[in-house]
Amino acid sequence: MLPPYDSRLRLRPGSQLQCDMPDILTVRNLKKHFPKVQAVNGVSFEVAEGSCFGLLGPNGAGKSTTVEMLEGILKPSSGEILFRGEPIGPRYRERVGIQFQTTALQDFLTVKENLRFFHSLYEQGPSIEELVETCHLGEFMDRDSRKLSGGQRQRLLLAIALVNDPDLLFLDEPTTGLDPQARRNFWELVQSIKARGKTIVLTTHYMEEAYLLCDEIAIMDHGHIIARGTPNRLLAEHFNDSVLEIPSAELNGQASALGFTVRREAAELMTADVNDSVRKLLDAGVSLTHLKIRPRTLEDLFIRLTGREMRS
Amino acid sequence: MKRLWAMTLARSLEFLRDTSALGWNLIFPLVMVAGMALIFSGPGQPLFKAAVIAPAGAALDAKLHPFLATPHVQFYAETSVEEALPKVQRHRIDMLIDLRTTPGKYWVNDQSPKGTTLERVLAGTAGPKLEREIASGAQIRYVDWVVPGVLGMNIMFSCLFGIGYVIVRYRKSGYLKRLNATPLRAIEFITAQLISRLALIMLITVVVFTGTNLFLHFRMEGSYLNLFLVALIGAISMIAMGLTVSARVTSEELAGGLLNLISSPMMVVSGVFFSMDGSPQILQAAAKIFPLTHMLEAARAVMLDGAGFMQIAPQLAILSAMAVVFLAIGASTFKWTQD
Repeated sequence: MLPPYDSRLRLRPGSQLQCDMPDILTVRNLKKHFPKVQAVNGVSFEVAEGSCFGLLGPNGAGKSTTVEMLEGILKPSSGEILFRGEPIGPRYRERVGIQFQTTALQDFLTVKENLRFFHSLYEQGPSIEELVETCHLGEFMDRDSRKLSGGQRQRLLLAIALVNDPDLLFLDEPTTGLDPQARRNFWELVQSIKARGKTIVLTTHYMEEAYLLCDEIAIMDHGHIIARGTPNRLLAEHFNDSVLEIPSAELNGQASALGFTVRREAAELMTADVNDSVRKLLDAGVSLTHLKIRPRTLEDLFIRLTGREMRS
Repeated sequence: MKRLWAMTLARSLEFLRDTSALGWNLIFPLVMVAGMALIFSGPGQPLFKAAVIAPAGAALDAKLHPFLATPHVQFYAETSVEEALPKVQRHRIDMLIDLRTTPGKYWVNDQSPKGTTLERVLAGTAGPKLEREIASGAQIRYVDWVVPGVLGMNIMFSCLFGIGYVIVRYRKSGYLKRLNATPLRAIEFITAQLISRLALIMLITVVVFTGTNLFLHFRMEGSYLNLFLVALIGAISMIAMGLTVSARVTSEELAGGLLNLISSPMMVVSGVFFSMDGSPQILQAAAKIFPLTHMLEAARAVMLDGAGFMQIAPQLAILSAMAVVFLAIGASTFKWTQD
């Protein structure tokens, strides 16, 4: 089971970065021009073997373009991508597995037939039975793949991505559109795959997902990487405060005097000195019964770094 | 080889399970052949058709011979007796008139009621007397003539749309992008599409031909092997044409438009339903750019005239050349992704 949301700072599994592992991917000064836009503008990073690397960013930040170049689907305009020290070549496709954000499969084929088909495109890979067990496909093996629920479909696409026993797995927004339960199940699945030593490159819009799964994250905006590191280190670097949250009604109209920002029923205060802030609340006669103190999250960091303006 | 086979199998399963598409592919030609047989089995068409070989520079009008002013008869120019005479023998035209000599000559088929009627009209017309010649030969029913046309048309539609449309749909839905992330190569993918479609359309064509032949008993003068060869190479050339159209297109609407742009004129000028004899030269020349024209020419030569391999070799060579050229263009310009 996954730890509950509120305690994830303390209980997050696998949060130590495996610094002793060699890099499986090395990216140097990667650029991609499209006729009207410079989508990726000089991106460099490394992905350690066996780690989970998260690429985050608002829509249009250049993360999909970056990932497609890493996957070998898109040719970079300039820059270098090394897989275990070698430029990526034709054999690369045998070594990577990709779960695209949206993938159509062939119509009228069952889950089993789709798996068999992709299986036979590769020279090696686990048996179909193993894949079925890993991704929990057992109950709908003979169903037409168009008739799967969102979660079942993502599990099938994950199984297809694993069909060649890849060393490096790309997951492009794998849980977008899934209900919370299906999302949590999918996270467990990804963690079990990671536990087998696979390296994962993940893009996501869900900060909770990135926080839970990733050893290292990079936040992209306007074609650049604007922040990179382990989630906890990034939070520590950018925030030295916590958030006090209290129902607005409890503040007796003193919200602005006390420095709180009112958001509907709840008011928030960012503070580096919790003791001092709590003392001030008590002095003002505010009841602390419903006070919550929460640490800063990746979502706060994401918003701080990429701004709040509307994106397409 | 393993990848090629897997792709072929996957595509074939998809087609076979899509019962609506399969049904359409089977029922459409059946309905067409049956309809044609019904419509044209009744009394003959009111229009008479006569070929005229005129002296150099002369127009086909009443000055040349008053008979040429007869209403409801289509007179058209031919240049040699050798070319035109078989058409009288096959009942494709009702009369052949040669006005280059004095007296002139005419040929009618003594087994053709329309020819005999036209001969009576000629006898009652003023003007120089013409010498009567007899051309014999059993009539070819319209259904014998049209069955290669209908089957050929079905092959054409199935190949163009079954390949062109499907590949564009795959590209648009991102399925091609998914395949591109695997070791599958473009040439393997294309070959698999070709084999799958070819096997299915040949199967359908054989089933429809055999089925309709049970109750219509087509004229078959040549060998079934040669006919099969014509259909096979013709189908390959049209699949290759569909591949070329779909190599880069990303929208289904554009693909549909392009395919219609190719298939509609092909259906009209390739001689599916009507013989192009007597139509403007430019149209007959234009028809030569379409594979269907050559395929129907060869198929009719085999079925109606009993042509052997050597006689249909030119058409087979043209169809093969078209297939090679289209495949080369299709494979070299093929794109996996949308952008």
